[in-house]
Amino acid sequence: MRLTKEEVKHIALLSRLSLKEEEIEMFQEQLSDILTFVEKLNELDTEGIDPKFQIIPPENVLREDVPGVSFPYEKTFMNAPETDGKHFIVPKVVKK
Amino acid sequence: MELINKSLKELSELIARKEIKPSEITEEILKRIEETEEKLNAYITVNEKAEEEAKKKDEELTKLSEDEIPVLFGIPMSIKDNINVVGQKMTCASKMLKDFIAPYDATVIKKLREKGAIFIGKNNLDEFAMGSSTETSYFGVTHNPWDLERVPGGSSGGSAAAVAARSAIASLGSDTGGSIRQPCSLCGVVGIKPTYGRVSRYGLTAFASSLDQIGPITKNVEDNAFLLSLISGLDAKDATSAKLPVPDYTKTLDNNIKGLKAGLPKEYFIEGIEPEVKEKIMETVKHLESLGVEIEEISLPHTSYAVETYYIIAPAEASSNLGRFDGVRYTYRAENYTDLVDMYCKTRAEGFGNEVKRRIMIGTYTLSAGYYDAYYLKAQKVRTLIYQDFQKAFEKVDFIVTPVSPTTAFKIGEKTDDPIKMYLSDIFTIALNLAGLPGLSMPCGFDSKGLPVGIQLIGKAFDEETLYAVGYKLEKALNLNNLPQL
Repeated sequence: MRLTKEEVKHIALLSRLSLKEEEIEMFQEQLSDILTFVEKLNELDTEGIDPKFQIIPPENVLREDVPGVSFPYEKTFMNAPETDGKHFIVPKVVKK
Repeated sequence: MELINKSLKELSELIARKEIKPSEITEEILKRIEETEEKLNAYITVNEKAEEEAKKKDEELTKLSEDEIPVLFGIPMSIKDNINVVGQKMTCASKMLKDFIAPYDATVIKKLREKGAIFIGKNNLDEFAMGSSTETSYFGVTHNPWDLERVPGGSSGGSAAAVAARSAIASLGSDTGGSIRQPCSLCGVVGIKPTYGRVSRYGLTAFASSLDQIGPITKNVEDNAFLLSLISGLDAKDATSAKLPVPDYTKTLDNNIKGLKAGLPKEYFIEGIEPEVKEKIMETVKHLESLGVEIEEISLPHTSYAVETYYIIAPAEASSNLGRFDGVRYTYRAENYTDLVDMYCKTRAEGFGNEVKRRIMIGTYTLSAGYYDAYYLKAQKVRTLIYQDFQKAFEKVDFIVTPVSPTTAFKIGEKTDDPIKMYLSDIFTIALNLAGLPGLSMPCGFDSKGLPVGIQLIGKAFDEETLYAVGYKLEKALNLNNLPQL
């Protein structure tokens, strides 16, 4: 599986990563190698096999519906790059 | 008194008898860290309040009667830096989180804290636990205490190196594809990847949630069993933790192992494994036989597909889990950006290293429309086949014996330019994470360069007892001196 430069740029955008030109080339090479490497799985016929997404059988986990204490503001926001203590501040999203 | 060379169990008993004080061990460990860190770089941060905490514990100790003293009272432990310890930095060895302070304790930390442990510092790792050599850390590579030009393995390389070098009494690591077992093998210490669900993952920074497990890294098997009993169990904060009673693993160490059947999978003795590693494993198998274990050759036919399966599933889950690092909530944000999407893209481009970017992009690709069935769904189906291989094997045998790593510790830089070569370092450990099974990694000898070789004991789900009982006897029979000269 060989990826084109355009495909790498598209994957990078979906991944929310801005890449420099030389990085696009490096990842084009490496990602293509990895995708070629994993193609080995196509040797196996998996028709009719159920996928195993998790090892422990899925089970509903419910708790009693009792009020508890929320994570406090100061701890929620203590690591935020920009905050007023009650909100995370991000660049303006809505355009005029 | 050289307390740093004593086991966790011995120190716990000395404190219980009030023969030593918490501050004595803590001071020795801090001194050892100071002596060794320049060479090893096994720690990202050292807890500045450790000495103060230890002194407080000295005072408390005088007021406690022998049966009131918690089992880890005053024992300094180090923690892999992807596990939250409240008030301490938790960087995941990434620029993205270099200033992140943990706002809460992980469940495993809460449990150890209740037993009186002191958290001495946070160990180096591969960035976000992605790697097999601790070379992808933003804070620089950790060196192997047996040979400083070599890697300690990864991603729990800092934890394994610290325990081996005696700059921690014991440590906690995490294992997604071998990240506890492989560095333990390369550093000559004992580590377990418990059964998936045995230990709560709450407070561990998620990498690949269906594979990650926290486990102890220790000097010997008894300490390991001791710690696993303390950190295991159901947790309301982790819906995947198992609703099963937690055994005291130290109570079953002396279980009779005569007559147990061990499987030797032929697919694990492949080309590419170093002859000396193979030789040492086969010698150890002879030891097992002399302990009364019956050896039977078995087949795990889908073994050679495990690495490929892992390198679809783990990046897919990672691409989703690491989506939260976007410059909004967790410390790092790029300085110059034009709008929200640009802020995300630049923050992530600047904050993540190449291995993390590579895996996020692979995961994004294999989960994207049009490719999901061909890659992700296919891999989950192969995962079923790998799981079934083990199920079939365990109809015949009680546990399985394999090498941990195909090679002993390799040189720093040797594999960094070739991701696939690096990925193959975990060829013997990955299948267990896919199948959710427990694996114990312990030293079984040295190669001609004096580097440790590790053996892996694989068990049935939730049967850590058997692994510890076998490991305990084997450790006594081998009687290795696993103390590196530093």
